[in-house]
Amino acid sequence: MSGLLQEMTEKALARNIPLSAQLDLTYRCNERCVHCYLDHDDHGEMTTAEIKHLLDEMADAGVFILTLSGGEIFLRKDFFEILEYARRTLMFCVKLKTNAIMIREPEAARIRDLGVESIQISIYSHRPEVHDAITLVAGSLKRSLDAVRFLKSQGLRVILANVLMAQNMADYPGVRALAAELGVECTLDPTITPMMDGDRSTLNLGVDQEALRQVFRDTSLVGDVDEFCAIPTDPDAGALENLPCSAGHTSCYVSPYGDVFPCVQFPLPTGNVRQQRFIDIWRHSDAMNDVRSIRVKDLTTCTSCSHVSNCSRCPGLAFMEGNMRGPSSQDCEKSFARTGVPSANMLAKKRTAANLVQIRTLPTMAGATA
Amino acid sequence: MSRLYITRNPRVAARSLDGEMMIMSGRDSTLFTLNKTATILWQSADGTTPLDEIVERQICTEFEVEPAEALHDAETLARELASHEILQLSEEPIPQRPSGESR
Repeated sequence: MSGLLQEMTEKALARNIPLSAQLDLTYRCNERCVHCYLDHDDHGEMTTAEIKHLLDEMADAGVFILTLSGGEIFLRKDFFEILEYARRTLMFCVKLKTNAIMIREPEAARIRDLGVESIQISIYSHRPEVHDAITLVAGSLKRSLDAVRFLKSQGLRVILANVLMAQNMADYPGVRALAAELGVECTLDPTITPMMDGDRSTLNLGVDQEALRQVFRDTSLVGDVDEFCAIPTDPDAGALENLPCSAGHTSCYVSPYGDVFPCVQFPLPTGNVRQQRFIDIWRHSDAMNDVRSIRVKDLTTCTSCSHVSNCSRCPGLAFMEGNMRGPSSQDCEKSFARTGVPSANMLAKKRTAANLVQIRTLPTMAGATA
Repeated sequence: MSRLYITRNPRVAARSLDGEMMIMSGRDSTLFTLNKTATILWQSADGTTPLDEIVERQICTEFEVEPAEALHDAETLARELASHEILQLSEEPIPQRPSGESR
């Protein structure tokens, strides 16, 4: 983050201003990615007028960075009308997240004319047989990469987003090489999110400890491995006063149905813009203020963990595990893979598991006595 | 003497953060914050009001400054903002398309 953006973020935090927001325009999609957490049926998306009204409210509330995502945003027939309103009328800094398979030359030119800041495109592999097996759409890699070239030829900033799973783990160097060849940026994320209905089966698609260890020791990704994988030191007292993340503090998420959440990965309902003004939800929702009240020192288990100062703990993933003040096991796994030191949560689970083994032995003991 | 007209570059992003104007360049995503005078220019940059009128009505009334000196400083500032592609300048009125509420 640039120095000035950091300064503006601190100012927004002090004044309770939602500096950035993600708005999902639809959950409908033309791909069926195996790890996707969404229900793709339309349960009553906001209309064009409702979205424009929401954007007015967001601008008035101070939202500056607006990420338009989905589902697949280009499935909305009014997408460019919404984008034009967001850019030309309200002057948001707009970022797009898309699979890009509906972007051809005319769409790329229009995106450029409207001054979009960046376009993030999901790419799972440089090999069609791997990428298309994840999206479940034949030919999707070719179409997405054609779009990358159209967008790049317009001078736009393009970012390949590579979600890492067991299925495509071996291919991330190929995706990074492809990004370099195309002259675009590339991000890598090993986080898999549970389904919005709570189904956690998608988590089985994630990479294992060995793969995480490999990724965290790849100098092309992390730079100085010794520093990145250093064994944690005792946290200073100041670290315990920190905020867990920006969700609900300077950023939030709005679903296609108008539901407001602290983050796309934090499905705690805080209100709906069809019933309340956006700013009233942001400022006065009890749930939002509950999230806002949490400091690192308030976390259960994590405060006694040696990783507490440099853990990537996601409050939303913790919430989906059952407690937004609790640990996020996926992030515990990452800290363990990085440093070789188990988290307090992992040690507690191990103790619980040991107790369960003792209970299981009881019938055998009873049988031996008889 | 020719008159200078200013308008907002439609490629930038802009938002007033508790009175302080944030602008993100459309060229390279560099973030700027505008001082009070630059904010006045930004908010008055409708493409049809000449800069000297903006200075006379908005700047000379806000700051105690001589009109000629204020216009010179405003022109310098407007050209600097144009060099960052925040404003666009012209010696003719600039036709507007609907955009750019100062929120």
